[in-house]
Amino acid sequence: MSTIDSTGDAALSSGQGKRRSWLKAQRLKPALLGVVSALAGLLIWQLLSLRVKPLFLPSPLATWEAAVELWQDGTLMAAIIASGARIAVGWSLGVIVGVPLGIFMGSFRWVRQLLDPYIEFFRFIPPIAFVTLAVIWLGPGETSKVALILYTTVFIVSINTIAGVQAVSELRLRAAASLGASRLRTLLTIVVPSTVPYMVTGARLAMGNSFLTIVSAEIVAAQEGLGALIWNSRNYGRTEWVFVGIIMLGILGFLFDRVVRLASQFFLKRYGTTV
Amino acid sequence: MSAGARIQLERVAIEIDGNRIASGINLDIPAGEFLCLLGPSGCGKSTLLNIVAGFLPANGSVLVGGKPVHGPGVDRGVVFQNSGALFPWLTAAQNVEYGLKVRGVAKSERRDIAEHYLRLVGLGHAAARYPTELSGGMQQRLQIARVLANEPSVVLMDEPFGALDAQTREVMQRELDRIWRSTKPTIVFVTHDIWEAILLADRIVTMTTGPDATIKTIAPVELPHPRDPMSPEALELYRMLRDDIGAEVSKVLRQQGLKEEAA
Repeated sequence: MSTIDSTGDAALSSGQGKRRSWLKAQRLKPALLGVVSALAGLLIWQLLSLRVKPLFLPSPLATWEAAVELWQDGTLMAAIIASGARIAVGWSLGVIVGVPLGIFMGSFRWVRQLLDPYIEFFRFIPPIAFVTLAVIWLGPGETSKVALILYTTVFIVSINTIAGVQAVSELRLRAAASLGASRLRTLLTIVVPSTVPYMVTGARLAMGNSFLTIVSAEIVAAQEGLGALIWNSRNYGRTEWVFVGIIMLGILGFLFDRVVRLASQFFLKRYGTTV
Repeated sequence: MSAGARIQLERVAIEIDGNRIASGINLDIPAGEFLCLLGPSGCGKSTLLNIVAGFLPANGSVLVGGKPVHGPGVDRGVVFQNSGALFPWLTAAQNVEYGLKVRGVAKSERRDIAEHYLRLVGLGHAAARYPTELSGGMQQRLQIARVLANEPSVVLMDEPFGALDAQTREVMQRELDRIWRSTKPTIVFVTHDIWEAILLADRIVTMTTGPDATIKTIAPVELPHPRDPMSPEALELYRMLRDDIGAEVSKVLRQQGLKEEAA
């Protein structure tokens, strides 16, 4: 909004109606630039695809036709539902586990010190490294994939929540104490609400990581899902299916993030979540 | 409203991380008195307030209402300089009700008490608003209402109007004077504004600057209310306090100058 403020004087002098349309144009401008950018990308893609074989780089039109084909035979919908459900379940469980864990670890020094070696060790190991173990221990079914997403989500959400607990202002804690709040009450009524913005940040980061994880997990062990679609396309030499899978991942990720953002804005605005 | 409580500090000394911040502090504040701690920043007046509040441990004896202070308590309400002490996810009324809820006051009674104190500080119309929707002066009044609703016998105020503009501050000072008269708790009020101290206090305490700060002077303010800062007595008091504090400030500057040369 700073662009409006800095040039506000000029707009004021040119009358109310004009100002309103000018404001509207300012607001539409970022969206317009986004559309222009996307169209330019498609154009470059199209031009590049004219110069090479379709197996190397299929054209946008060929990709679209492939998408329609996969949609009509039900493959695409099944893949989206399979991947989306795994992420939704694993991520939700991860947030449900990660938030209390983070609050607990952030609030009690000895718990943090007890678990610290594990956090410092596992934070550098990507969940992809556990795909094989997950399949061996939990089988090739849904459980192994949900567990991997749960793992990555718990990790990120709890680390962010710990940071949030430690960032709670001393001032608020003192205010609560001199209003008579016990330690437990302070934890529940001051620390937890103060930490909400950190939980939301953690949940959004974890959503991104869930997408990274699900693709690798599905490549190794899944019959259905967007990762499996991308991997299996190689057997049929259908590069355009790979493109369909990649584009669907991008769209699905964007939609999931939007849902999380809108939900947190709607339900958690009071707690200072400005995402 | 519970009446004020007496505060007694005897041979109080404060050490933080092995550094002696203050020592030899003896101060007897009778119940219902309005006492101002006056001095430049860094002279340990906020530290002293935090000790009475129970936020910092101290050596020596700290008694409030005859009982030694161990940690924060509802008998001592604290109004902070920074309105970040308000809970931004609660409405004004819910902020005021927080302490009552802790004490287990029934819901309907809570609402009545909150309404009463919000009205007392002139926020009756803003009960449903969130702290971020209030101006700086309104936020500080909300802090005061939240503290008073708990009916503390001691109210500790740490430069509560320090961040407000001059006009708002003047209004707030008059309001505080009126509220104190109607509820009569013991008030310890930290400020670096000499006029503010003269306008509000029964007694004004100045402190020497640290390290190892202690009480320098205790000046009674025997002027009729409402106080006229332009009266000869007020001006005389102002001059005395200004010289007291000025001497401490130049001492600090000299110390800093010496340190710089030595370095």
